[in-house]
Amino acid sequence: MSEFLRQYLLVAVFGGLAFGLVAALIGAASLFRPSRPSTGKVENYESGVDPVGSSWSQSQIRYYIFALLFVMFDVEAVFIFPWAARLEAFGFFGLVEMMIFIFILALGLAYAWRKGVLRWA
Amino acid sequence: MANLLLLGQQTGNSWDLPANIAFYVIAVIAIGSALRMVTTNNVVHSALYLLLVLSSVAAVYILLGAEFVAATQVLVYIGAILVLLIFGVMLTRARIGIDDDLNYEQRWIGLGVSSLLFVVIAYSLWDFYGSDTRLVGYEPQRTREVADSIFSTYIVPFEAISVLLLAALIGAVVVARRD
Repeated sequence: MSEFLRQYLLVAVFGGLAFGLVAALIGAASLFRPSRPSTGKVENYESGVDPVGSSWSQSQIRYYIFALLFVMFDVEAVFIFPWAARLEAFGFFGLVEMMIFIFILALGLAYAWRKGVLRWA
Repeated sequence: MANLLLLGQQTGNSWDLPANIAFYVIAVIAIGSALRMVTTNNVVHSALYLLLVLSSVAAVYILLGAEFVAATQVLVYIGAILVLLIFGVMLTRARIGIDDDLNYEQRWIGLGVSSLLFVVIAYSLWDFYGSDTRLVGYEPQRTREVADSIFSTYIVPFEAISVLLLAALIGAVVVARRD
């Protein structure tokens, strides 16, 4: 096993311990607590009001725009990370390249803004 | 794929048991959740099983030493594409929740297409690597190496990506506005 994977093994061990700790605590609690289920207890909690209808519902399309904007800038961030790691080596050329990339994506944001889809009216 | 199946069997000259075990555990999780993803009759559960599949693929990237690709997998596929997919499910008229009317009429076509895809990928990997079972990229790939190839060899595709994303956004804005 390489040194690189050994470091990730440490991450996996920490993750496993976190899950194990929670499982052990909840498991221990279930041994001690009384169990008296009733229909009122298993109902969805809606701020103390009786729940109405189904929890599955159709949502508005405007959420989709925000999700897509998020995807765009997420991809932008993914490309900025390696660029930042080699910023000094790329110099002015790299700066210009990244500025073109960000400018084209910013055009999309400006278009969405101009068309008013960012406004929640 | 052929390369992945032989993961960790030979690293240099020594047998790498821990990496091998890790790979098979991840592979079982990935295949199991992929099967559940196409067999569950709740669309939202299907999306959540897809999350498990994508996470397992990210773990395989880590095993291959491709740290940047793994981070991208988590950021873009798990963080963004899956959100988009769940929004897509919530927006359409498809019934959310348990749907008993789901049909499997096209399963044979699906099976055919996925088998064909498997054969093509497996053959191309086998053709490229041949009997070389050493794990390519077992030495972790540094992010700066990725940066060097993006900003030299692949500079034109990199700029094309921004135009592609712009087109996707403008398309979505046009569809979302109904006036």
